[in-house]
Amino acid sequence: MTETPEKVAGVEVGERRISIPGFTEEGENLAAETNSAADHTHGGLGESKKVTSGAGSRANRHIGFDVSGFPEPTGREEEWRFTPLKKLAGVLSDIATDGAGTDQEPVDYQVSGAVEGVEISTLALGQSPRGAVLQPADRAAAVAYKNVDDALHIKVTEGTEVAEPIRVDITGKAAGVRANSHLVVEAEPNAKAVIVLEHRGSADYNGNVEVKIADGASVSVISLQRWNDDAVHVGQHDAEVGKDAKYKHVAVTLGGSIVRLNTNFRYAAEGARAEMYGLYFADAGQHIEHRTFVDHNSPRNSSDVLYKGALQGETARTVWVGDVLIRKEAEGTDSYEKNQNLVLTDGARADSVPNLEIETGLIDGAGHASSTGRFDDNHLFYLMSRGIPEDIARQLVVRGFMNEIIQKIEVSSIRESLAEDLERELRISGH
Amino acid sequence: MSTLEIKDLHVSIETDQGTKDILKGVSLTINSGEIHAIMGPNGSGKSTLASTIAGHPRYEVTKGEILLDGEDVLEMGPDERAQAGLFLAMQYPVEVPGVTMTNFLRTAKTAIDGEAPKLRTWTKEVKNAMEKLRIDADFANRNVNEGFSGGEKKRVEILQLELFKPKFAILDETDSGLDIDALRVVSEGVNRAHEENGMGTLLITHYTRILNYIKPSFVHVFVDGKVAEQGGPELADELEANGYDRFLTPAAAAV
Repeated sequence: MTETPEKVAGVEVGERRISIPGFTEEGENLAAETNSAADHTHGGLGESKKVTSGAGSRANRHIGFDVSGFPEPTGREEEWRFTPLKKLAGVLSDIATDGAGTDQEPVDYQVSGAVEGVEISTLALGQSPRGAVLQPADRAAAVAYKNVDDALHIKVTEGTEVAEPIRVDITGKAAGVRANSHLVVEAEPNAKAVIVLEHRGSADYNGNVEVKIADGASVSVISLQRWNDDAVHVGQHDAEVGKDAKYKHVAVTLGGSIVRLNTNFRYAAEGARAEMYGLYFADAGQHIEHRTFVDHNSPRNSSDVLYKGALQGETARTVWVGDVLIRKEAEGTDSYEKNQNLVLTDGARADSVPNLEIETGLIDGAGHASSTGRFDDNHLFYLMSRGIPEDIARQLVVRGFMNEIIQKIEVSSIRESLAEDLERELRISGH
Repeated sequence: MSTLEIKDLHVSIETDQGTKDILKGVSLTINSGEIHAIMGPNGSGKSTLASTIAGHPRYEVTKGEILLDGEDVLEMGPDERAQAGLFLAMQYPVEVPGVTMTNFLRTAKTAIDGEAPKLRTWTKEVKNAMEKLRIDADFANRNVNEGFSGGEKKRVEILQLELFKPKFAILDETDSGLDIDALRVVSEGVNRAHEENGMGTLLITHYTRILNYIKPSFVHVFVDGKVAEQGGPELADELEANGYDRFLTPAAAAV
C-alpha cells in the first residue's frame, strides 16, 4: 500500500483536499463550458440582461502594444458589447494629446507628497521600466501608450515607507479635448506607499497606469474619478505584484459622462496578497464601467475583488465584468470576487458578469458572487414609519451599502469627503 | 393620557381595475392603556386601517379624519407620525439592504426622540430588550430583517416597539406565522410596553389565539370596511365559537 501525502506543495490533497465538482487534480479549463452556458445570468432584477459570452478563455485575449492589433471596435466584441462606443470615438482614435508639448495641454498634472526616498521623473517610449508591467488589452490602452512621449514615473526607493499619500491631481481643462496619459509607479523591495490619483474637471481622457511592486513592498493605488458630467475617461491600470508583496487598488467613480476602467493584476512570484475594490454611483445619463482581471499566474497567492455600485435615475448605467483566471501553475491560490449593485430608482440598469476560470484543482479557494438589489418605496416606507425622515433614510441605505468599500481606503480625508459626496449624489436626482 | 381618534374614515386604493373603496366609514377611539382588538374575515379592511394610520402612500383617505390628541395625523408624513408616537408593527416587515439593525435602531430612536440616545445606556437597553425577546445578539450586526425568518421578523418588530416607546401601537396580524413559543414571547413584549409605558394598542388579528396572551378590553368586528359590532372580550369568545358567518349578510357578501 502506498502512502498518500496529505500535502503537495503546501496544498491539501487526497481525502482532505478541497473538492470542486467536475475537477480532477489535473484541473480543467472551464472557460469553454462556462462561456457557452448562455443562460448563466448574474444580474438579477428586470434591469439586468442575460449574459452570453463566447470569447473563450481570458488567457487567450489579445494583448500588445501595436495599435493595428486592435481594430476599431464595433460593439460586438466581448470586451466592448456593454459600452456606448459612439461617445468614445474621441478617446479611441490614434492621435496625440491636443496641444502636446505646448503649455496648452488640456490636462494638468500635479504631483505632491513626494518625500525623501520618492523619485519623480519621466520615462520616454521604450525607456525601462515603462511597458514592463502594462500590457495593453484593448485599443484604448494601446493608443494611449503610443501617444505619450514622457510618462510620469514615481519611484518609491527600497525600504522607503511613505506615511502620507503621494498625490497625483489630474485636472482636465475642457470637455471634448483629447488627452493621453501614462503613469508608471514603481515600488522597490520593502517600500510602502499609498498613491492617490484624483481626476477632476473635463477632458476626453485616456490614461494608463502601471504599477510594479517589488518583493515585500506594499502599495495602494486609490483612483478617484470625480470628473465633471461631460468628461470621458478610459484607462487601463495594470499591476505586477512581487513575492510576499501587497497591492490594493481602489477605484471610486462618481463623476464623468462615461468612465471605463480596466484594472488588472498578476503576480511575479508567490506569497502575495492583491485586492481590487471599487465604489461607483451612477446618475441619469452616466455610463460607468469597471472591468477587473485577476491573473493567478503563479502559485500560493491570494486575491480579493469587491465592487459595489449604486444607480439612481433614468438611464443610469453601470457595468462590472470581473475575470479571475487561475492558471494551471497557480496551485494554492485563494481567490474571491464579488459585485453588488443597489438600484435606487426605476430606469437604471446594472450589468454584472463574474467570470471564473480554474485550470487546477489544487487550490485553497475560489469563489464569485453577484447581486443586484433594489431600494424601493417599501424600504422607504419602512424606515420612515420608524420616524426616519426620507433624506436620512436614503442616506442610511446607500452609506451602509457603500461603507464596506469606504472602510478599505486608508486615507481618512478621502473617507470623509466620500461620505459628503454620497450625500450630494443622493440629493442630485431630486430625492 | 393620550387619545387616538378615528372618525368616519373612508379609504380607497388604486388598482388595475380602477379605484376600490376599502374602508367605508370607520370610527374608533383608543385611549392610553387600552387594548382594542380588531377582528374580521379576510379582506374586511383590517390591514388597510393599520397602513392608513401609519401613512402608507398607497392608501388614499377620501373622507374622515385621524386625530392624535387633537392633532391631524393625516397631515403628517409617515416619519412625523412615528415621531408623534404612533407605531405600526407590520404584517410583512421589509428587508432593508445595507443597513445594520444597530445603525437602524439608533437612527430611528434619534429621529423619534429628537436627540441621540446616550450610547452606553442605549446599547445596554437594546441588549436587554433583545434578550427578553430571545433575539440572538448577532442580529444587531445583521441588516434589517435581511434573511430573518417570519418569526424573527415579528420579534424584531416588537423589539422596536419596546425601544421606541410609542403612545399607540398598531399590531397588524403580528400573530400570523408564529409558533406557540414565539407567540408567547411576542405577547409578553407587547404586555411589557403596555404596562411600562401605558401604551394604547390596536391589535389586528384573524384568530383569537393571541387574545389568550394579550387581553383586550374592547373587541371590534370588522366586516366590509366597517365596524359591524363592538363589545368586550366576550365577543371574541363568541367569534371563536361561531365564526364570522352571522356578520356576512347576503348584502355584504355580494359586494
